[in-house]
Amino acid sequence: MDAVKQFGQYALLMYQGLRSFTEFSTYRKNLFSEFVKIGYESIPIIILTGVFTGAVLTLQTAYQLDTDLYPVTIVGSIVGQSIIIELAAVIGGLVLAGKVGARISTELGTMRVSEQIDALESMGFNSVTFLVVPRVLAGVFMFPVLYIIAATMGVIGGLIAGQLDGILPAAEFMQGARSFFYPEDVVFGIVKSFVFGFVITSISSFKGYYAFGGAEGVGNATTQATVLSCIYVLLSDFALAALLL
Amino acid sequence: MIEVKNLTKSFGDHLIWEDVTFDISDGETLAIIGKSGCGKSVFLKHLNALLYPDSGKIYIDGKDLFNLTYAELRLMRQNFGILFQGGALFDSINTFENIAFPLRYFTNKNEEEIRAEVDEALELVNLKGIGEKGTSELSGGMRKRVGLARAIILKPQYLLYDEPTSGLDPKTSEEINELIVHMADKLDITSIVITHDMHSVLSIAEKVAFLDEQKLSWYGTVQEMKESEHPPLVDFITASEYQI
Repeated sequence: MDAVKQFGQYALLMYQGLRSFTEFSTYRKNLFSEFVKIGYESIPIIILTGVFTGAVLTLQTAYQLDTDLYPVTIVGSIVGQSIIIELAAVIGGLVLAGKVGARISTELGTMRVSEQIDALESMGFNSVTFLVVPRVLAGVFMFPVLYIIAATMGVIGGLIAGQLDGILPAAEFMQGARSFFYPEDVVFGIVKSFVFGFVITSISSFKGYYAFGGAEGVGNATTQATVLSCIYVLLSDFALAALLL
Repeated sequence: MIEVKNLTKSFGDHLIWEDVTFDISDGETLAIIGKSGCGKSVFLKHLNALLYPDSGKIYIDGKDLFNLTYAELRLMRQNFGILFQGGALFDSINTFENIAFPLRYFTNKNEEEIRAEVDEALELVNLKGIGEKGTSELSGGMRKRVGLARAIILKPQYLLYDEPTSGLDPKTSEEINELIVHMADKLDITSIVITHDMHSVLSIAEKVAFLDEQKLSWYGTVQEMKESEHPPLVDFITASEYQI
């Protein structure tokens, strides 16, 4: 029953956001600030995630295919496609659920329990337009950009690991990666990251916006936001794979 | 004028108060008193439709507050200023920007005009020259005064105070009380003050509403309160250790 009520509250919050979508002047300043916080400030962690995911995948794939049955370029093919179709978006999404999701829910939760959201409403602001809309919009626009960075860095990480470990030269890695590169896989990855951006920022905004009960309440909201974001990233990943692949 | 008609509120099975009815005339200062947890702050939030009642009405200048569209409500709210218990200052921006915040969004004033108005508001609350301070650098009393400066910046018709002196030392409380009286006189504002500080009540209020046992237990002028023999009110005043 509580889950149904929560879903109803979430849907209502999103509807309110959608209705006030056109009030650009209200959230313009916050939108640009969120582009920086969600996008620009996440680049270091996304580069790190991409590079190490690609590097580890290369070493493990080479280890598992350590036989003369396959050409060595197959490592580049597997790593490239796995990164582009799945890992850049999903691992990037899970990392961002922690970084971006936790920040959003803590920020809004603190504003709620310290009556800052009430203060906004009491002045005549639509607090959903002011606080939720820019965060969700920045998420859906910036996550695809972060996905492209993660995917690029993943392939580069795999290439470097293969070269440094002496598994396969960079040229052969790239030959393998190129031979199974399909632009529609990138589109699929972008669609996924767009959905993850919405899922993470909207759930975190919802949990923070309705937080209650002081510091403990904000802590609970943040934990729930992070856990639910991760769960829904995985569920939507499965749903998109079933629908689009 | 604010007219409260048969207002009832509960959270789940827990009744907060029922059938609360009274009027507040323009320019008056009303103190709403009662024990901690009796729903004073909940009541205050109804006056601005931050919370909605289970039943009953509030009319602001004849308009039914709970039947306004959201767009109408947002316009109506601009007639109100609220001083929240902890100040509710936005901690991501400095003191100046906190006070300038409503001006930037709801008026077409240029930077020079905004600066002049913020400086005037800061002077009014005796905090001239602290605009550049971060909100975390402010003491409890300063936070309340900055909150008050922000609440009056759009020159509201109604000013709502939620426990304006709670957590403050007697000297700072006295200064806040003086400010409330000063605001009411200088800006000709209708003020509603939530408090359990009887010293505040006697310093600032013209009328008193006493919430007790989930209802409006007593309502009258300060003079009538002093002479009242209504047992719960007398008990409350006695318990507050204030000698009238």
